[in-house]
Amino acid sequence: MPVLLESLEPLVHTLRAGGYRVVGPTVSDGAVILAELGSASDLPYGWTVRTTPGGYRLRSRADRAAFAHHAGPHSWKAYLHPPRVPLWTVRREGFVVTEPDEDPPRYAFLGVRPCDLRAIAVQDRVLGASGAYARRRAAALLVAVNCTEPGPTCFCASAGGGPQAGTGADLVLTELAADNRVSYLAEACSPAGDRLLASLPGRPASAGEIERARGAVAAAAGRMGRSLPATDLRALLVERLDAARWDEVAERCLACGNCTMVCPTCFCTTVEDTSDLDGEHAGRAQRWDSCFDADFSYLHGGAVRPSIRGRYRQWLTHKLGTWHDQFGESGCVGCGRCIAWCPAGIDLTEEATALAREEAAP
Amino acid sequence: MTTVPSMAPSMAPSMAPSMAPSMAPSMAPSMVPQPYQVTARHEECPDTVTLALVPLREQIPTPRPGQFSMVYAFGVGEVPISVSGRVGTTGLLHTLRAVGAVTRALHAARPGDVLGLRGPFGTGWAVPAPERADLVIVAGGIGLAPLRPVIYHALGERGRYRSVTVLIGARSPADLLFTGEYARWTAGGIDVRVTVDRAHSGWTGHVGLVTTLFTGVVTDPGRTVAFTCGPEVMMRLSARDLADRGVPPTAIQLSLERNMRCGIALCGHCQLGPVLVCRDGPVIDYDRGEPLLSVREL
Amino acid sequence: MTTTLQLLTEHPFLTGLPPRWIDRLAGSVRRIGYPAGHRIFHEGAPAEHFWLIHSGRVALDIHVPGRGDVLIETLLPGTVLGWSWLFPPYRWHFGAVAADLTHTVQFDAAGVIQLCDDDPEFGFVLMHRFMGVLIDRLQATRVRLLDLYSYPKVDS
Repeated sequence: MPVLLESLEPLVHTLRAGGYRVVGPTVSDGAVILAELGSASDLPYGWTVRTTPGGYRLRSRADRAAFAHHAGPHSWKAYLHPPRVPLWTVRREGFVVTEPDEDPPRYAFLGVRPCDLRAIAVQDRVLGASGAYARRRAAALLVAVNCTEPGPTCFCASAGGGPQAGTGADLVLTELAADNRVSYLAEACSPAGDRLLASLPGRPASAGEIERARGAVAAAAGRMGRSLPATDLRALLVERLDAARWDEVAERCLACGNCTMVCPTCFCTTVEDTSDLDGEHAGRAQRWDSCFDADFSYLHGGAVRPSIRGRYRQWLTHKLGTWHDQFGESGCVGCGRCIAWCPAGIDLTEEATALAREEAAP
Repeated sequence: MTTVPSMAPSMAPSMAPSMAPSMAPSMAPSMVPQPYQVTARHEECPDTVTLALVPLREQIPTPRPGQFSMVYAFGVGEVPISVSGRVGTTGLLHTLRAVGAVTRALHAARPGDVLGLRGPFGTGWAVPAPERADLVIVAGGIGLAPLRPVIYHALGERGRYRSVTVLIGARSPADLLFTGEYARWTAGGIDVRVTVDRAHSGWTGHVGLVTTLFTGVVTDPGRTVAFTCGPEVMMRLSARDLADRGVPPTAIQLSLERNMRCGIALCGHCQLGPVLVCRDGPVIDYDRGEPLLSVREL
Repeated sequence: MTTTLQLLTEHPFLTGLPPRWIDRLAGSVRRIGYPAGHRIFHEGAPAEHFWLIHSGRVALDIHVPGRGDVLIETLLPGTVLGWSWLFPPYRWHFGAVAADLTHTVQFDAAGVIQLCDDDPEFGFVLMHRFMGVLIDRLQATRVRLLDLYSYPKVDS
């Protein structure tokens, strides 16, 4: 039974009063980033973005929509799979290992787009066996927002998703913005979502409001900015490992790793082993790593993938191809961040299309 | 030329790891090392040692032949090292070569030192092999270490197999591993053949690539089961040679190696195409491995 | 008691050749066994024969001043010993010693060359087989050059 919320202020207030740290989009430094919100007024009302390959610009809107932006540089993985995680410390005497004791913070994510919701599910499959990730994930409450305004770099529909939020959220909102007013159709998808919704001031949504909301989301599916080729990418990429296209893209790629930083499913990490000067205490931490890093594949004195060609191919074939073999699904959700934030403007969908078009090597 | 390992008696390996489910409780994948103490150290050759490790507290589950541990040198770091054997009921043998900061620290470990161990990880060699099979074990350099448990399995179940042949290649006679054990293997009915890339004066054995030892080894390709481990180029040449002799690619197993940071399929480093070497390997068969190993920089 | 003809027919180097060609070759051969330690030929001596090895082991060596006779490769049964007779200066580039008691069939090089001249088709096939042996040895030697068992020295 969808409810109409005239404001998100009660939602944010209730979550904070309940001990949640509310994280959501906000404007900072010329971009829409994710940060902890003090109140709903921190949301980017009236802001949108214009994205191109290698370009991202903030633009003001005529209406007061807060979620009509896309492809920001942050994704929720910074909270569920933090960039740096201390794993343990150890004392030499007795080899006593101490793991961090604190409970993970209870985050409430406000404004999870359907692509990012799928990305969280993708990371659940990869990292779910890790106790620490599972604890963080279980403690998180997700408020998703359906997409009504996809951007030029968006392609969730051809990546197996769509502008309608799938499973995994506690609450799903659809933003209805007209002139200066903005309201939200809200639907609960879990017991926690039910409880939350029941505690908020709102009224049952009218049939017209429901129809407007559904219609806006459905229309969004047909307004994707680009698309992946409609082919079995897993099989295609196995056949194209020696394609000429890799040489071509290697000339443009800087191996800067931006794509892996902004991608909501990229999960690679490395470990840092440290020791105190006295040699009596040591520790290990885990931190984000990127397959574009020159040492990522280091083995016996050198990298297995020393060339940019080899590293770009690894990233793309993993994301669209071998992720299926390893985790049973595609690693790409079509959010388009890698396209907007690549300084060379490399477009993953364009590369995949070019590979599909190139004749298979004899 | 060869030194009799002074620790040989205490390093007497137990029967091949039982194929029955391990007694120890299965452990959820963890990044926390368990303390293991070095009880014996044997220098196989100038840069390679075998360490005997026994648990100080909790014991990791019994490794199967071909599995590896992540071995931690206090304050320095952690590397994947194959289990080369077992000692008693809880002890493990790890043979390692000093090639970087962590392995140099491990190489310097002395009895009494405490290391960290996580594991066992990875797929193991497919043993037991079918009855009446001809086992062919091809080892290059330190590749003999992860194959040693297969050799001891074959020794313990010698009657199960029609023939067992071990072909060992090394850089020079001084670089051969486990030389004090060859006589025991031969006495147990295993055909042991050794070759080196370069010899010193006084060497009366073979000189040449390990593939030159294959002559006459495969008499019935249909019943041959092969296990190979060593430098990747050497494994590929050995596997191809065996396949050319008619051994089915699915009956030829290789042990892969890639950069590993976690060993538990969470860090993404050890990928070889679709294979996560820590989880889907390190042992894979040539049928699966050939198309992957033949792609440059995969 | 295996006849010379049987030895020739069964040897991997000649397997598959038409019987009439094997018969022809049989006219240029004799069977020789070398006791362990016997030097079969010296580096630099005239190369007038080649051998098919049936059993035992042959060690190839080269004399290096200051290092003595350096063992470079051992040959096992089923292979061919010697090809310096094919090209000038027709002298051995290396030496050969029987490492174990070794049984061989020795070919007279001049006789075989005459057979090739008389029948170019036979000559082509025989040379093709020698090429196969040479390529295998070259590839194996190149792989040994890679020194795969050594890791480069690495700084931490």
